[in-house]
Amino acid sequence: MVVSLAHYLTVAAILLVIGIFGIFLNRKNVIIILMSIELILLAVNINLVAFSASMNDLAGQVMTMFVLTVAAAEAAIGLAIVVVYYRNRGSIQVEDVNLMKG
Amino acid sequence: MIYAIAIFAPLVGALIAGLFGRAIGDKAAQAVTIICMIAAAACGSLTFYQYVFQHAPMDVIPLGTWFDVGQMHLDWSLRLDTLSVVMVAMVTFISTLIHIYSVGYMHHDPSNPRFFAYLSLFSFMMLMLVTADNLVQLFFGWEGVGLMSYLLIGFWYDRQSACRAAMKAFIVNRIGDLAFVLGIALVFWTFGSVEFPDIFANVAKHQHELYGLFGTHLNVLETIGVLLFIGAMGKSAQLGLHVWLPDAMEGPTPVSALIHAATMVTAGVFLMARMSPILEYAPDALGFITIVGATTALFAATIGCVQNDIKRVIAYSTCSQLGYMFIAAGVGAYQASIFHLFTHAFFKALLFLGAGSVIHAMSDEQDIRRMGGIWKKIPITYTVFWIGSLALAGIIPFAGYYSKDAILEAAWAAGGFTGFYGFICGTVAAFLTAFYSWRLIIVTFHGKPRADHHTMEHVHESPWVMTGPLVVLAIGATVTGFLFHTLFIGAQWRDFWRASIFIGADNDVLENMEKLPGFVGLLPSLMGVLGIALAYVMYVARPGLPALLATRFRPIYLLWLNKWYFDEAYGVLFLRPYQALARILWQTGDVRMIDGIPNGLASLTVEGSSEVVKIQTGSLAVYAFSMLIGVVLLISLFLVLR
Repeated sequence: MVVSLAHYLTVAAILLVIGIFGIFLNRKNVIIILMSIELILLAVNINLVAFSASMNDLAGQVMTMFVLTVAAAEAAIGLAIVVVYYRNRGSIQVEDVNLMKG
Repeated sequence: MIYAIAIFAPLVGALIAGLFGRAIGDKAAQAVTIICMIAAAACGSLTFYQYVFQHAPMDVIPLGTWFDVGQMHLDWSLRLDTLSVVMVAMVTFISTLIHIYSVGYMHHDPSNPRFFAYLSLFSFMMLMLVTADNLVQLFFGWEGVGLMSYLLIGFWYDRQSACRAAMKAFIVNRIGDLAFVLGIALVFWTFGSVEFPDIFANVAKHQHELYGLFGTHLNVLETIGVLLFIGAMGKSAQLGLHVWLPDAMEGPTPVSALIHAATMVTAGVFLMARMSPILEYAPDALGFITIVGATTALFAATIGCVQNDIKRVIAYSTCSQLGYMFIAAGVGAYQASIFHLFTHAFFKALLFLGAGSVIHAMSDEQDIRRMGGIWKKIPITYTVFWIGSLALAGIIPFAGYYSKDAILEAAWAAGGFTGFYGFICGTVAAFLTAFYSWRLIIVTFHGKPRADHHTMEHVHESPWVMTGPLVVLAIGATVTGFLFHTLFIGAQWRDFWRASIFIGADNDVLENMEKLPGFVGLLPSLMGVLGIALAYVMYVARPGLPALLATRFRPIYLLWLNKWYFDEAYGVLFLRPYQALARILWQTGDVRMIDGIPNGLASLTVEGSSEVVKIQTGSLAVYAFSMLIGVVLLISLFLVLR
């Protein structure tokens, strides 16, 4: 069986959906939300690499490098926020993160 | 130049005292305004002398352009003719005396600079009025004196009654002013100009012109005459629009003397004389003027007979005397009306200042029922009060005799219904005038003291700054009639008035006055003596008589005492409906609609946003979900619409 573009895209789509459901079905932990965002970004990366390979265009893979870098920075910032938040509120439960409401 | 100093010196005094009064202090403010007024009076009298006795030419002194819009061209200028010169000399002279008097009368008052600034500014406005060379500048002065009158009536603004009186004066004057403005507009519409020379030169051309309004056709000159007269009725407190004048006595007494007796209220008479070229072509308007004037003269005299406030009696007397002046103007004897204006200024200012001196002596008591028995303690005031009353009653040879006599003669000589009506009303009013004047003298000065012991101990003659002007005015009230009657209304009156008063070709009232039967000339004095005799009988010989008459003729007594119920009638006819309308406009129009729009918008925003804000739940999952939905929607939209 040849691994075709469609397979890659299917994996990427599955990852994306897992990431999305991870965000809003998760009621527990903020860190899981961060991990879900990483999953979504990975899904995007797989898409980019897959298209890049199938279309013989390196630009997609270069873009993937950028996305990885940004994802790393985002994870760092996100974790920093979570740490500060924990210090202030003593909890990082998702249902406790509700100060910004009308 | 001298003339301009006479007009602008009061303005300078007013500005210095008004703007820097606090800085320079009371004494300096008084001194500055008085010096400026003395300068003005000297220059005014000098101009009068040069103009009248040295026959200086008539002149117009240009001061500059006011505005120049389309066909309307207006200049600031000072008109120098007999009418203006007489008024300028009289106003500056009386005003100076009243400034000096006020130093004594107002010396307890904490806001002296303001008072003197107002007085001087009033004098300036009055001078602008009488020297105007066009109707709009005249209107400027007219409104200026109205404003100063308002400010001075309400000078003691912590008294509610004074504030009410000031508002009343202002509002009643607005009614007259509306007609005045319409008159000016109609003049401009007819003549294409409001400058006096342009108007007066072209009156004859427009003699039979008609003016269509709502399907009627009115003679345009008659309409102008009536409209301007209604304006004059407001300012000069004629029947119907007189209600503000008695209430204006809330102001300080020098103000009553200057503004509400000697000068401002005579502006309407001045206007009639100034507009004589138009009025001479408007016989119906003249008839209307005579009838209103005659009715006012009689009507105000009846009220004066039963009032108990010393100033109100004199106020109604002023109203009545103004009626006389309008009788004269209405029968075409403008000279006689200005002559009466001139002598009246002296004796009425004298009476008011004398009343002020009495009030001062009686520790601010104004009710004559609580006076009496003070004539020996204030002899100077008592004497000048007699002189003023003699002049007012028209007894030979005091000033009032010559002018009042001239008016009654003119009314007789004019003949016709209006002239006869004027004569009858004037004669009866002359009788009543003498009666209420002596009632005032007897009740105020004679009899047993009715004030309390404490007040009586304090009764004292006023200081010389107050008695000095009184004496000067008393001399004026004695001699002005005798000295000036040959000039004003003697055989050579044409030389004196020159072109300042226009007399129509068939108006020979002044000539006819010389050929009257002798009794007409003696009538005012005779009536005066009869009135005095009646007052003596009623208040000295038979003191029970007034009370008996008051009970016997109770309806008439009440009618007079309540001023013919004018205030009450106006209250029912105009004030209440107006207040009701105002309340409706306030509560529905203002509160509900005008305030409702911004208030409603504000509460809509507040309530709307308090609903909208619920979208912000604070739950991360909801945000994430809605973001996802949004992305899905956008992508599907993109796919569908591609």
